[in-house]
Amino acid sequence: MADKVKLYDIPEEEFLLPGNRMCAGCGLSLIYRTALKALGPNTIITVPASCLTVLHGMQGFTSVDKISVLNTPFATVAASASGIEAALEAMGKDDEVTCVAFAGDGGTTDIGIQGLSGAAERRTNFIYACYDNEAYMNTGVQRSGSTPYGSFTTTTPIYGKTEHKKNMPKILEAHDIPYVATSCASYPLDIYAKFKRAKEIKGTKYIHILSPCPPGWGFSTKDTIKMGKLAVETGFWPLYEIENGKFSLSTPSKRLLDPAKRKPIEEYLSTQKRFNRLSNEDIEEYKRYINQSWEYIKSKNLTTQLL
Amino acid sequence: MVDQKVYEIILASIQKPVVGEAGKTGSWSRFKPKIDLDKCSVVKMNKDVCHFCWLYCPEPIISRTIPPKINYEYCKGCGICAEVCPPKAIKMVEESEL
Repeated sequence: MADKVKLYDIPEEEFLLPGNRMCAGCGLSLIYRTALKALGPNTIITVPASCLTVLHGMQGFTSVDKISVLNTPFATVAASASGIEAALEAMGKDDEVTCVAFAGDGGTTDIGIQGLSGAAERRTNFIYACYDNEAYMNTGVQRSGSTPYGSFTTTTPIYGKTEHKKNMPKILEAHDIPYVATSCASYPLDIYAKFKRAKEIKGTKYIHILSPCPPGWGFSTKDTIKMGKLAVETGFWPLYEIENGKFSLSTPSKRLLDPAKRKPIEEYLSTQKRFNRLSNEDIEEYKRYINQSWEYIKSKNLTTQLL
Repeated sequence: MVDQKVYEIILASIQKPVVGEAGKTGSWSRFKPKIDLDKCSVVKMNKDVCHFCWLYCPEPIISRTIPPKINYEYCKGCGICAEVCPPKAIKMVEESEL
């Protein structure tokens, strides 16, 4: 389980440089900034085509300092991480250098899933971080496997998406890897703690982070933190970690086991333009979906307590 | 042996870290955060007690010092710091009012 982190435990050293290409109020920018502080300078990051490639800049110049980054094609992020890890092992630098694959939700749930599944099956020693902004935001908001129910994108323009979000952490949990965690951009201390913990464990680690996206979701740039907090507090995005099969809810989600403590889901849905054509039945469907996912969490929580 | 030409191509694709890769991003927004030092709890207590603005800023723009300093040249003006500030010491103002 990740240790509790206080604000002043986070180092002041910055790995991201000012004046980069991310949109104002980007959740990913906050995630990346915090994650790099936890990972430290001895890190090799591999990035597929995504918003993160945009952050790494055009030819010749980049906004990321002190860290080695490899840009790879879309489907190969986990495969390239496997290659880097094999090279590190051959050079005997496996323990001092951390290998991290940082991909978006499209690169994880749709295009990169075969590579990720293969790497997890081979027990490659690396961290796979998926930042989930719930569509292909970089290319102009197209539907991905991670887009939630009823969300409008440029490829689902009339009815919205008619299916629920793919539960990626559950798929990775089924691979029996030592560490699976979910986090959210609005809780930088949680992100820092989970990356720190993942760095200490040997084997495949998977962290799935919800990243609010102001232009894609349709809200004001100042509300990024509020949106992520609402997603967690309504119970839509539970924060938990599973270490060696042991399930534990993280602090922001712990009290939400009681349904009365959850904020109404309407609060989350009504503040984003992508949900503005949801009908009452769709909201009922959301309530059913959230209850169902929390029933699963409750059963997981109970079995861990009994162990 | 690696061919000299291949070597040169690989070296040419290496990217150099620079500040302001996308230009002066401070020009992206009309509004800029302004810290009211009388309200800021870090300044009031003169020790490290809050620094939420430093923690939640998506960019490395705000320093973890007393008082916190904002790099206006590259601040994109998203307004997150003004939202998360517990004593509401940060306000978004027009650039001319800074």
